[in-house]
Formats: sequence, C-alpha cells, structure tokens
Amino acid sequence: MSRFNPDRRRLLHAFGASTALAAIPGSGFAAAAGKPGKKLGRVVVIGAGFGGATAAKYLRKWSGGAIDVTLVERNRQFISCPTSNEVLGGNRSYDSLVHSYDGLRKNWGIRLVHASVTGIDADRRRVRTDSAGNFEYDRLVLSPGFDFIYSGIEGYDAKAQETILHAWKAGPQTLALRKQLEDLPDGGTYVLSVPKAPYRCPPGPYERASQIAWYFKTHKPRSKVIILDANDKVISKEKLFLGVWENDYKGIIEYRPGWNVVTVDAATNIVTSELGDKERGDVLNLLPPQRAADIARTAGVVNVNDRWADVEWISLESTAVKNIHVLGDALQAAPLMPKSGHMANQHGKAAAAAIVETLSGREAQPTLMANTCYSLVDDKRAIHVDSVHRYNPEKKVPLVVEGSGGVSKEPSVEEGFYTRAWATTIWKDILS
Amino acid sequence: MQKLALALAATLLALNAMADPKAAAPGGRVPYFAANCANCHGTDGKAASAIPALAGRDRAYLEETMKAFKTGARPATIMHQLAKGYSDEEIAVLADYFAKQK
Repeated sequence: MSRFNPDRRRLLHAFGASTALAAIPGSGFAAAAGKPGKKLGRVVVIGAGFGGATAAKYLRKWSGGAIDVTLVERNRQFISCPTSNEVLGGNRSYDSLVHSYDGLRKNWGIRLVHASVTGIDADRRRVRTDSAGNFEYDRLVLSPGFDFIYSGIEGYDAKAQETILHAWKAGPQTLALRKQLEDLPDGGTYVLSVPKAPYRCPPGPYERASQIAWYFKTHKPRSKVIILDANDKVISKEKLFLGVWENDYKGIIEYRPGWNVVTVDAATNIVTSELGDKERGDVLNLLPPQRAADIARTAGVVNVNDRWADVEWISLESTAVKNIHVLGDALQAAPLMPKSGHMANQHGKAAAAAIVETLSGREAQPTLMANTCYSLVDDKRAIHVDSVHRYNPEKKVPLVVEGSGGVSKEPSVEEGFYTRAWATTIWKDILS
Repeated sequence: MQKLALALAATLLALNAMADPKAAAPGGRVPYFAANCANCHGTDGKAASAIPALAGRDRAYLEETMKAFKTGARPATIMHQLAKGYSDEEIAVLADYFAKQK
C-alpha cells in the first residue's frame, strides 16, 4: 500500500481532493446528497441560458435531488446565440435555435419561474420578482449575460435601435437582421462594427461576416461586407479568418482594423470613427461595448471597472457579495478565457459542484474547465479554437495548461459536421 | 513498463477508494471532472451525433486513444489539442468513468 502512496496522492490531487478527504477511509466519498429524503438546501438560479440552465440541471443531478432548485428566466423558450450566425447566412432555420425548458422541469424537477427579477436582498437571501413573488435561497446562482453600453456609440438611441440592429442576443433581432439582408438589393453594403474586447463570443463577428459574405457570394455577388473593428486585429482565429476572406470572399469582405465606431447617424446610416473617418452602410449592424447585465448591478456583484463581476475561481462565488455565484459573460474572465456559451456551461458545472460540496458540509475543490469555439465560414466548413484551463493554487485563477489547445489547421467539412453536432449536444447537456 | 504497472495499480487503488462512479455519483468528484467532456460528448458521455459517444465504450480503448491523441500518434481535428490538457492519470480515470456509463 505505502509504495503506491505517492501516485495515489498525485491522482487525488489531480481531482483536487484535499488531504482531509483522502484521509476519510474507504467509501468516504459516498455523498450524503444521495440519501433519499435528505434536503441540503435551496438554490435560486437567475438566467436560464448556457450558464444558468446548466447549473440548475447539474445541481439537481449531482445532489440526487436533495437541493431544491428554482430557475428564474424572463423568456418562455431557450434561444441559442451560438450558431445563430448561420441563420443570418441562410444556412440554418431560426426554429432550430429555439428549445423548450420542459426537460428541466420534467427530467430534473426544477421549478421554472418565468418572471423578471426586480431585486436581490443579499442579507435576507431573497430574490424579488415582478410577477411570481419572492424566493429565498441558501445560495444564489446569477447567470445574467451582458448588456450593451449604448452610450459608447453616440446617436445609438432608442429610436436608432429600431432600425440599426445588434442581433448579438439571439431572438427577434436575429430574424429582423436576416430580413434586412434579404431585402438588401444586389450591390448594397452591409457594415458590421466590432467593439473593443472583451465582448461576448470573440470569433462571433468574424464568423458573422463570413456567413453574410457567403450569402452575398451565392445570392448578391455585387454586395459588400465591411468590418469596422475597434481592435487592431482579428482577435480570434486570425490567420484562419484572414485566409478564408482572401481565398473565398476576396472583393466581398473588406476588413478595417483599428476602426472604432463612436457615433452613428440613423437618418443617413453613416458611422464615424474616433479619428473622424466616415462609412455608410445600407444595412448597419452595430455592436456597442458590453458589460455585465443590469441584474448583476442590482445584485451588487459588479466590482471590476464598473463592468464585470469578479469571482473566486473554485466556487465562482462573487468576491463582492457572499452566497452569490456568478457565471458566464458577466464575469471578469480568467486569463485567455473567452466569453462563450461553452465556457458558461463549464462555469455552471463548476459552480454546481462547489455548491453541492459546500451544502454537503465538504470543502469545494477546483475542477478543470475546457473551451471549444467553432465558427462556420460558409455552408459546410468550420474552424475552431480550443483551450484547457486548470486552477492554479498560487495565483488562485484557472490558467491555460501549457501546450494544450490551439486552432484548426484549415477550414474543413469534417469540422462543419462537428460544429453542428456540438450545438445539438450542448443544447441537450444544458436542457434535457 | 514497471512505471506503467505502478501507475495502473495506483489508478485502480485510487478508483477503489474514490472513483467508483456508482458510489461517487451523485456527489462524488469524478462526475464533476468528467462533466467537462459533456459539452461535446453528451451528458455522461451519451450522444448521438457526428461527435463520438463515450458511454459504455471499452475502457482500454478510450484510455489508449486519448493518450495517442496526446502524443500526436493519432491525428485529429481537435482532440490532439484538448488531450494535452489532461494528465495520464486523469485520462485513466475518465476512461474508466465513461466505460462504466450505461
């Protein structure tokens, strides 16, 4: 026995098992959570997107039903932002993005509440809603997504927002932007602005430009896509996107780095850059800078640059407010960790595991997180970027494992299949 | 070889102690760890898509395949990059977990 100890200890460490846990003899891991009838506590989850819905499901799964989970979500249905660029290119039906929450209710016994959160009382641990009453919690999971900083683009007021769309949250705007592209005459210009990082889905704007360029190439060959990027280069899969644009969309996509849109005139559809450059689009698609959504401010967890929520990276508990765990795009991300749906799902699992452990009277341990972001560059081919993030106990933050991760060698049909399979699979992992 | 035997024995010991998925789930640590594969390979490794399912597959095959991705002996679109994020011991535990999923 003793001669195996070093290896055993290493393995236990690989799973973040503490020495205290290792000392529990035999089947010390059999969880109190699994015993029928035993209740461990109440968790309220706000936001049923890629992060929150995942956390809700896995809290029920890993506690064996011993944690009561109430999931509060404004929308009646789940609408996937990942792969919604395909709808803009005409390569996917909008309906395929829309999914029911019934699986969470029926398969996992989660109480789904369709209401808007109007207040969070962290002292009394209570969530107030507009139409469904109040909910008390032992732990709150907040997966709020982002909101735009509209003041970042002068003139992008409520009136301008009626005709100039972002379509950066999948839903009615996705369909409305598709309609604008369909109505655009051949020879018309589509202008997409990209905000300075960080923003939701780093490769998303470049995938969107590629999808729309594919649509133009096959349906409106005289039309143009102009990308006005506030960043000084393509910030994700740079060589791959530039290669696709050069090889497949030459003369269609025009890329302008360092072009930060600061004003828009909705009457003329003209945008102006910081440096005074002007550009006009028949269809303008503007992405203002982003921050954690309003509800994160209400909760008091926004404590980085007045934009993002900082967390402790084992449990994803807010460093500002106790008993509130924050997930997804709203986070001040760890180094090289993107704001992606895939990552939000991993945050949801990490928080769920930590909450189950804590409510079971054990110490939460770090887990591994991995990310994969696929982008479809036409109707068939895709490229990816991936990374593996391991908690570093000294820096107290997950860091990319040296030598892991990378990008595709080239766009491929095989990865196109994987992209669509990824979507189908992660939707099920979240919702059923 | 001796090192490999040692590592395997250690893995089995550790699995007995902590990682029997039935004993550990719900609430144990291996399911937490294995869940980071679920995004692409399905909850508990169960999926029906272009991406291979992991549930119920041969344990040794899963382990050797992941190791071959890691060394680059087996080419891939993405797994050769992700596999490098896991230690051989973690790969052994994941293979065991997914092999046991029904």
